[in-house]
Amino acid sequence: MSFFYAFVIGGGLCAIGQLLIDKTSLTPAKILVSYVTAGVLLGAAGLYAPIKDLGGAGATVPLTGFGNAIAEGVFEAVDREGFIGIFSGGLGSCAAGITAAMVFSFIAGVFGRSRQKA
Amino acid sequence: MKGSTVFFKNSPAVIAAAAVGGKMEGEGPMAACFDKINEDPYFSCETFEQGESKMLKEAVLHTLSKASLTPENIDVMFGGDLLDQCVGTTYGIRDLDIPFLGIYGACSTVTEGALLASLFVDGGYARRALAVTSSHFCAAERQYRFPLEYGGQRTPTSQYTATAAGGLVVSAERLPPYIRAATVGRIVDMGVKDAANMGAAMAPAAYASIKQFLEDTELAPDFFDAIVTGDLGKVGSRLLCELFDRDGVDIRSLHRDCGTMLYSFGEQDVHAGASGAGCAASMLCGYFVPKLRCGEFRNILFAATGALLSPTVSAQGESIPAISHALWLSFEPGTAPDIRFTRKEQV
Repeated sequence: MSFFYAFVIGGGLCAIGQLLIDKTSLTPAKILVSYVTAGVLLGAAGLYAPIKDLGGAGATVPLTGFGNAIAEGVFEAVDREGFIGIFSGGLGSCAAGITAAMVFSFIAGVFGRSRQKA
Repeated sequence: MKGSTVFFKNSPAVIAAAAVGGKMEGEGPMAACFDKINEDPYFSCETFEQGESKMLKEAVLHTLSKASLTPENIDVMFGGDLLDQCVGTTYGIRDLDIPFLGIYGACSTVTEGALLASLFVDGGYARRALAVTSSHFCAAERQYRFPLEYGGQRTPTSQYTATAAGGLVVSAERLPPYIRAATVGRIVDMGVKDAANMGAAMAPAAYASIKQFLEDTELAPDFFDAIVTGDLGKVGSRLLCELFDRDGVDIRSLHRDCGTMLYSFGEQDVHAGASGAGCAASMLCGYFVPKLRCGEFRNILFAATGALLSPTVSAQGESIPAISHALWLSFEPGTAPDIRFTRKEQV
């Protein structure tokens, strides 16, 4: 059942993105940023936690999950460090994801060459 | 000049034309129109941009060799492309040693170049003038949208930038097709802001130029075997026909759009069709010029269309100004007075 919910939640988030691409003039970059921001806002309002509990990776892997991680990180850092946590918590909680993105991009950049997909 | 249309006195001739394309173009229905297909998007270079320059140079060299010419035989060359500062062209031709004037008309560059080349030849300022342009899918994605590595999704109205280059030599010699008249387009901006829907932005410009041409020459649309637009794609082509419907003119049977010709919609995932300076250029140089040379087409009106946006102003929310220049290419030479005579004879 957990696979089913992961599929429905993750697939639902992607379907919304596809509709935004097809039906609006929003560029992929704008959709990306709005997904992250939506995740931050939902996380800050405490609304993303139930989605995450239900959907698991279906909710954490899409970009909204990245935004939610930022919000959660801020909460934790504020509990731990106080006021300064507002500034340090967001990137702290997703440092692993950002660093992994940089490392794998570097590896891909060194060993790969971009190609036209046809 | 009458209205916005130049009538050439001596009907300058397109004595040679050549097209070079990439893998997608070689897999499409127009593959036979290309003098050379290169399957490697890098064209054996380090970057896509260098590849585009090499493709453009190959188009120039093929054009010259088809007329048994060398670079010294060309008095002036007009060229441009879609990359910043038109480097696709300038880097491609830098060692050819031909007097060069850079032009920019986005995807309408081929008609702008052919128009200027015709003016130089018709005015007697050049014996032979060359016009060339190119576009490259991978380089254009980086220039206008996102680098390929970003992996962005394309929208249903988006068009696929052709990896293609086309070149032609205009001369005072006598060999069909002849360029008999040309309408200099005006910038038309109907407020379309979606940079992924350039066909809709360009259709009103094509309509304005074609209408202006028909008014200035007093020719009827059915005088032509085809009224060709550059790269309106499916969306823009439908709009163009609807704009003519409002005047009570049905051009559907005459209208051809290079953007809907270059690829197979059934087999290639190109959404609304092809675009890019190389799309109109390769179809003009590889398809229409040969068909006019052998007389299969007697007269065509060729109106390539260009969307004059930049990614910066587009991101700032600006709408897309568009332009279209129209060329009348004919199997027979002729001067302005015979136009009306020929038309009346036909009617």
